[in-house]
Amino acid sequence: MVNELGFAPWDDPGAAPLIRIERVSKRFGDFAAIDDLTLDIYPREFFALLGPSGCGKTTLMRMLAGFEAPSAGGLVIDGQDMAGVAPNKRAVNMMFQSYALFPHLSVWDNIAFGLKRDRMAKPAIADRVDEMLKLVQLDGFARRKPHQISGGQRQRVALARSLAKAPKLLLLDEPLGALDKKLREETQFELMEIQEQTGTTFVIVTHDQEEAMTVASRVAVMEAGRLVQVDTPDRIYEQPNSVYVADFIGDVNLIEGRVGALGDTVRLDWAEGRSLTGQAGGALTPGAAATLVIRPEKIAIARDEPTEANRVRGKILDIGYLGNLSTYHVALPEGPVVKCSVTNRSRLSRRDFTWDDEVWVSWSDTAGLVLGA
Amino acid sequence: MLRVFTAIPYAWLFVLFLVPFGIVLKISVSDYAVSIPPYTPTFDLAAGWDGVVAFVAALDFENFVFLTEDDLYWKAYLSSVQIAAVSTGLALVAGFPIAYAMSRASDVWRPALMMLVILPFWTSFLIRVYAWIGILANEGFLNQFLIWSGVISEPLQLLNTPVAVYIGIVYTYLPFMILPVYASLDRMDPALLEAAEDLGCSRLSAFWHVTWPLARPGVVAGSFLVFIPAVGEFVIPSLLGGSGTLMIGKVLWEEFFSNRDWPVASAVAIILLLILIVPIVLFQRHQARERAA
Repeated sequence: MVNELGFAPWDDPGAAPLIRIERVSKRFGDFAAIDDLTLDIYPREFFALLGPSGCGKTTLMRMLAGFEAPSAGGLVIDGQDMAGVAPNKRAVNMMFQSYALFPHLSVWDNIAFGLKRDRMAKPAIADRVDEMLKLVQLDGFARRKPHQISGGQRQRVALARSLAKAPKLLLLDEPLGALDKKLREETQFELMEIQEQTGTTFVIVTHDQEEAMTVASRVAVMEAGRLVQVDTPDRIYEQPNSVYVADFIGDVNLIEGRVGALGDTVRLDWAEGRSLTGQAGGALTPGAAATLVIRPEKIAIARDEPTEANRVRGKILDIGYLGNLSTYHVALPEGPVVKCSVTNRSRLSRRDFTWDDEVWVSWSDTAGLVLGA
Repeated sequence: MLRVFTAIPYAWLFVLFLVPFGIVLKISVSDYAVSIPPYTPTFDLAAGWDGVVAFVAALDFENFVFLTEDDLYWKAYLSSVQIAAVSTGLALVAGFPIAYAMSRASDVWRPALMMLVILPFWTSFLIRVYAWIGILANEGFLNQFLIWSGVISEPLQLLNTPVAVYIGIVYTYLPFMILPVYASLDRMDPALLEAAEDLGCSRLSAFWHVTWPLARPGVVAGSFLVFIPAVGEFVIPSLLGGSGTLMIGKVLWEEFFSNRDWPVASAVAIILLLILIVPIVLFQRHQARERAA
């Protein structure tokens, strides 16, 4: 992981960002696609814009590419104000969701397209195209037309073409959306490798949270034209700053209640005379409505009463068998259903629990996060 | 069962194209005669094998030789090809922007624009050509308007000139240019132009490097659809062009109906067909090669 190598320019006050997005808004008529958004992205980052469709992530990317102009605010890339700078004058390249490969040109000519526009010398173009073909492992396909290669190969051509001009910033619009799951997972790691090799700053737009978590050095979760949280993948997952982020990223149990006593941990009164404890995720006031956020994999399931701080009794409503994991849906008598996922360490035939069993579910007092409503 | 169905179009082509073509070809190698039908020999089944031999022996290519002797014919061919080529170019110049605008129009407008392109077909072709006489005549609408607006003081001689023929052909065949060009532009992913700009193209060079090559199949198809009927066009030159415009369709008509010389007329038609077929075959070879590459 990039993080573990100590790459964290966003924590360094002296680091100069490559991209400064300052109070940018974009309105289409009455609709605000981007609403007063401020964000810095640093050189060599692999930055993911994550959010549901219509959250403005694509609009933000198109503004970086120059296809949309901000309605308000400023955009600076590498120290240069981008106001009024046309897409063909920016040191920014984009990999399109549809790949947008030129169907009348061969793979080779597609990759050479941008270089030819720069009036590069012919031998230099040939060298660069060959280098790009090697980078994406498509050496033997230079003469093919886009319709003569597979979807995965087209994706690589699109990547090679957008990297050929060695942009300062590469924008990737749902780059893996058209690939099947297995190929997508392989390609994610290739993307990371290529990003490291070339040292290019990548900004990726995706609605796939797993993809964002896998590839990105930082993830920005967006909702309705605003940034909800910008953080490293592990913090986005472990320390979501809102129920929205917690619910958007991965699977989660949400238990609503009121804030009780505040201390090292927070007590949440969630049903008549019953309480749970968790870490405070932000400022809380006693008595205010709050939600306990707890990931299914942090919950244990047992037949006998455990000793953990948080333990509740319930009945198994449903079991989802995923092969490696099983997800138990445990209905509590107070109403909520708690999802609890357990690694299947023994064979299915030796499973301890079955439908309608009375069980205990439990988790430690620091496993959950209490977030203000 | 499938074979029967695939045989139907071939049977159709055979009956409605090859058989009539065979008949015309036969007449073109016959001799003029004052009889009904106006040529000899005619095929006589009753005479048996000797009849067939005599029939074949009577056929010759002297009508084709005749076409080379009178310079009227090659001049008419040349002028037809020239008029058709210029008209095709003009139709492309007029039709491409229309097709381009249609492909860029919003989905709400597109059906209406498409309808406007097709609309003229709802009126008889002949009536529309006659309408142009009313527009282009010396006392026609166009001259009246130009004199009224003070652009000219004397009416322009438009009718019975080549200009009127160009106007007539371009007007008539414009939809045949617009529709295939529109079809090829409409298929184009708009992201391609953004990709071109992203990679360093200006708007103009993006058009030249992306839009134009992708529209080319439509442009070629449209050009053939305009050029081929325009070469053999008869109605427009005779109604709008007057006697000064020489076109092979008119010559053909006169051979058939004024001279009643069916063999020479048939020879003219056969040569016209060859003139049209050669570029089509060359074009298809080129297409096949480009696909294989």
